[in-house]
Amino acid sequence: MTINEIQEEIIEEFAGFEDWMDKYAYLIELGTDLQGLDEQYQTDQNLIKGCQSKVWFNASLEEGKVKLEADSDAIIVKGIAALLIRVFNNQNPEDIMNADLNFIDEIGLKQHLSPTRSNGLVSMVKQIKMYGIAFNHVK
Amino acid sequence: MTLDINKIRKDFPILQEKVHGKDLVYFDNAATTQKPTQVIDEMVKYYYKYNSNIHRGVHYLSNKSTDGNENARKIVQNFINAEHLHEIIFTRGTTESVNLVANSFADRYIGEGDEVIVSEMEHHSNIVPWQLVCEKKKAVLKVLPFNDNGELLVDQLDGMITDRTKIVAVNHISNSLGTINPIQEIIDIAHARGVKVLVDAAQSVQHLKINVQEWDVDFLVFSGHKLYGPTGIGVLYGKENLLNEMPPWQGGGEMIKEVRFEGTTYNELPFKFEAGTPNYIDAIGLGAAIEYVENIGLDNIDAYEQELLAYATEKLSSIDGLKIYGTAEHKTSVISFLVDGIHFYDMGMLLDQMGIAVRTGTHCTEPVMQHFGIDGTVRASFSFYNTKEEIDALYNGILKVCKMFVH
Repeated sequence: MTINEIQEEIIEEFAGFEDWMDKYAYLIELGTDLQGLDEQYQTDQNLIKGCQSKVWFNASLEEGKVKLEADSDAIIVKGIAALLIRVFNNQNPEDIMNADLNFIDEIGLKQHLSPTRSNGLVSMVKQIKMYGIAFNHVK
Repeated sequence: MTLDINKIRKDFPILQEKVHGKDLVYFDNAATTQKPTQVIDEMVKYYYKYNSNIHRGVHYLSNKSTDGNENARKIVQNFINAEHLHEIIFTRGTTESVNLVANSFADRYIGEGDEVIVSEMEHHSNIVPWQLVCEKKKAVLKVLPFNDNGELLVDQLDGMITDRTKIVAVNHISNSLGTINPIQEIIDIAHARGVKVLVDAAQSVQHLKINVQEWDVDFLVFSGHKLYGPTGIGVLYGKENLLNEMPPWQGGGEMIKEVRFEGTTYNELPFKFEAGTPNYIDAIGLGAAIEYVENIGLDNIDAYEQELLAYATEKLSSIDGLKIYGTAEHKTSVISFLVDGIHFYDMGMLLDQMGIAVRTGTHCTEPVMQHFGIDGTVRASFSFYNTKEEIDALYNGILKVCKMFVH
């Protein structure tokens, strides 16, 4: 699936939730289910520092596709990271680089895009795009 | 006197607002308090009718604004019982007040090898300015520790003071733990050894009556916005003789007597420390806020907030896995807590969805978090406009979050 197709799928999924509790319960579930990062990858280099919670992303390039793993100490943030992984994992570096992310807005998580002091969602997206650029260069 | 909370709540328009479609429960009062119409109206009145740059103006409006600003200074003086009007310096807030003292006091009194003492429970704004100054002057920063209840080990203070110690900078009330520190005792110990004391009262002026002359404190700093006043205005109280001896911190208009390229002479107190156009509208707002608070009465406020604290402490403590950080004997209406297995950020985000505003994180007191070996807490802080029903809402909200995490 392309990045846009996955985004559409997520938007549809979230449209089914009746209230905020269902939505957040789902994010908690995603966060709980996401296989975290091995401690050896929870390094300062992989750390994306929001003021409130820690997020680690690890990326590699395998057969031309970007492989992403993530972890966070806050479970909702980890759930959001899981959504980002779902969108970007196994995609071409070039597609990641050029992706236009609209699902965050659409599923009502925009409040988490506050550039300072929050969970660093902006930094997460930025970091993933940087991986895209870097791996595209390597290719 | 029992407070009429329903009537008081009507003074605060924002408390009528809905958040995410729910009644707002505002428990972030230690970060900033809401403003009563009495404050908002007074400021609006000045912008509508009297706004003009103050001091040295010859015209009607300038005199009106100047009067407003200087009347606010008088209100602050009476509020903390300062001996002289010119001991009240208006600043941008607590942070600027500490920076002013740290820099100006250090220039006059601190040299290589001298010592500054702060406590382990200070807000970053009462740590970093001193660190910067110590670095510049090659002075030494020492830290007075606290115990696991969040109480300062005041009996260690005398032993920490040497003949090189110049100043002790300590908060009256901890913003993250709620501890009320024994300021009189700290001042007495320091003064007995000839050491000056700065008290950060940012978290206390809105709860407790302060009398700077009774304390004999050398410097007292606080902000307007935590005292139901506007942002961008704060106070530095300093003893006249110290402020006179200390050099100006910032240069500009207002703070000078005569300017010559050969050398400039400085204005008298308080203007020597108020460079540039003062924030007079916010000063006027602060004056209105203090009048509002005094009208309700700090004793009444304290009594009611203690009631809220006791009620909330009991309710929250009954929640399985909830731990309160800051269990000092003397506390103000601040509860920092964590629930087992739930990150503070998750808790804060979910409470927000229920319309409950709490603060999460380190609360600008990273050393406090390091003391307890945690990354942050959830902090609920109560004001006299809060109610027990709102505390029930918080209690139920936390239970709801816990339930979401069980599934």
